[in-house]
Amino acid sequence: MSAIKKKGVSGLRRRPNRSVMGDAGVWLLLILVAVMMAFPLVFAVSSALKPLDELFRFPPTVFPRHPTLDNFSDLMVTMGQSWVPFSRYLTNTVGMTLLGTMGHLLIASMAAFVLAKYDFPGGRTYFAVVVTALMFNGYVTAIPNYVTMSRLHIIDTAWSVILPAFSAPMGLFLMKQFMESIPMSLIESAKLDGAKEFRIFWTIVMPIVKPAWLTLIIFSVQGLWNNRASAVIYSESKKTLVYALQQIQAGGIARTGQAAAVTVVVMIVPIVTFILSQSQILETMATSGLKD
Amino acid sequence: MSSLAAKYVRSRKRKAAIAWDKAKRMKVCYLFLLPHAVLFLTFYILPMFSSIFYSFTYYNILEPAKFIGLKNYTNLLLQDDVFLVAVKNTFLIAIITGPLGYLLSFGFAWFINELPRWIRTLAVVIFYAPSIAGNAYTIFSIIFRGDAYGWLNATLMKMGILYQPRLWLSDPSTIMPVLILVILWMSMSTGFLAFVAGLQGIDQAQYEAGYVDGIRNRWQELYYITLPNMKPMLLFGAVMAITQSFNVADVPMALAGFPSTDYAAHTVVIHLYDYGYTRFEMGYASAIATLLFLTMILCNKMIQSALRKVGT
Repeated sequence: MSAIKKKGVSGLRRRPNRSVMGDAGVWLLLILVAVMMAFPLVFAVSSALKPLDELFRFPPTVFPRHPTLDNFSDLMVTMGQSWVPFSRYLTNTVGMTLLGTMGHLLIASMAAFVLAKYDFPGGRTYFAVVVTALMFNGYVTAIPNYVTMSRLHIIDTAWSVILPAFSAPMGLFLMKQFMESIPMSLIESAKLDGAKEFRIFWTIVMPIVKPAWLTLIIFSVQGLWNNRASAVIYSESKKTLVYALQQIQAGGIARTGQAAAVTVVVMIVPIVTFILSQSQILETMATSGLKD
Repeated sequence: MSSLAAKYVRSRKRKAAIAWDKAKRMKVCYLFLLPHAVLFLTFYILPMFSSIFYSFTYYNILEPAKFIGLKNYTNLLLQDDVFLVAVKNTFLIAIITGPLGYLLSFGFAWFINELPRWIRTLAVVIFYAPSIAGNAYTIFSIIFRGDAYGWLNATLMKMGILYQPRLWLSDPSTIMPVLILVILWMSMSTGFLAFVAGLQGIDQAQYEAGYVDGIRNRWQELYYITLPNMKPMLLFGAVMAITQSFNVADVPMALAGFPSTDYAAHTVVIHLYDYGYTRFEMGYASAIATLLFLTMILCNKMIQSALRKVGT
């Protein structure tokens, strides 16, 4: 384990086998596609900054001429008038997102660890079932799921969102694929040193697959944050932020400006999580010391 | 004959006994699996099997399900013309956006892997951005709006290419191309991020060894070092591409409306949604889901066996 190797993540050092033309082509392509990809988001942000008269201007413009934060302050006013306080929606969503993501990460990683690194009866079958279940459509399972949840008395509680999120098949699939590349010798040597399975899992395997679980966190946060849960949660005081914001957005033409602001507000949390975890991912692998 | 059967039974029994012994020795594995297994069986497998069961019944959610055999399936395949349109559209979308989105995801993850760190973070954010916000694609309904206020119409009219606005999202001949464009725009999602993370995990020493062994250009490096190392993520990305490209429903419903003109943007999942949630024929909707499920499994089997050959 002492073989920790520090090496700059490749980029800064030119690789010997690259042609200049090839690099130039790649750069050109990247910039072109990046502009295309970013355009709608730029459009969304700049719409949120337009005053109402510019939103209906003909011909429409991409960038606001007189950028303003009016839409956001209007949105604050609307939310301040709502029957359930805004902070309540926020805590509901934040609670669900945090708890759901942490539980999902732990449960999926533990299962993925034994599925990837141990050969035990039923393991392969279980994994095959998980991957297959990924392909079954969610709309039709919603009704039987509702029945199960009402039997468990978790309808109209946050658990109806959190518990299914804990065992979402994609997380396990992702973690297992990443853990597969961990050399078995690493685990066996830890075992010889007398480490128990949970210790191996927690102190050896999890640090190595950090990029995987950071990626998992992005998916999980994104899914839970955007969850409206309108089918399983009825009480207004238990509803989510995105639900409340979309109600405002549905307010018709008079709320066009606020609707644009809502789009931006809803995007912010996933984007911030994403940027934080991405910079972490790119950090880790350079120093992980993963050697066979 | 009977002795053969007895022999078979005995060998099965012995195998079961061996497996049981092994299972007892590896108790801790099951302990690790337990939390996931309990929740997964409750919230994913149980409803899945009940849906498959409902597909053989007439079930309108309010009354108890009535068993009707294969009638849902025969109606679906032989009488439902709209379903056939939906199948055609779904396959068109899946065949174009599935493989193309997959290749784009891998290609760009690979290209940006060598950029300096901060540029790479920025690039990952930009490419992944369309998937970040659940409904960022609604912006396209403004861009492709049918009247002169739509951005594309206004721009083309100003340039003198169009003389009157076009109904991009209502005209059956333009709906599909627009939708495919939007879906491709969103296709660098789950798989893309898995690729980005996976490429970071490849041992640098392998590349160094590759230079010594005389790998001359980036294509050889890709084929001999990168792809074999990326196999688990490539499999993951493929499954994700299949599920995403066959499950397209939200984007067409938001952009082209529900139902769309001439069912030009009607997909299998929209059809399922239509029967399940506007007509409350859950049995029929379950039959659609089951057929779609089987199609996707088949597709997955083919792709998995193709991917197994990669880089060997």
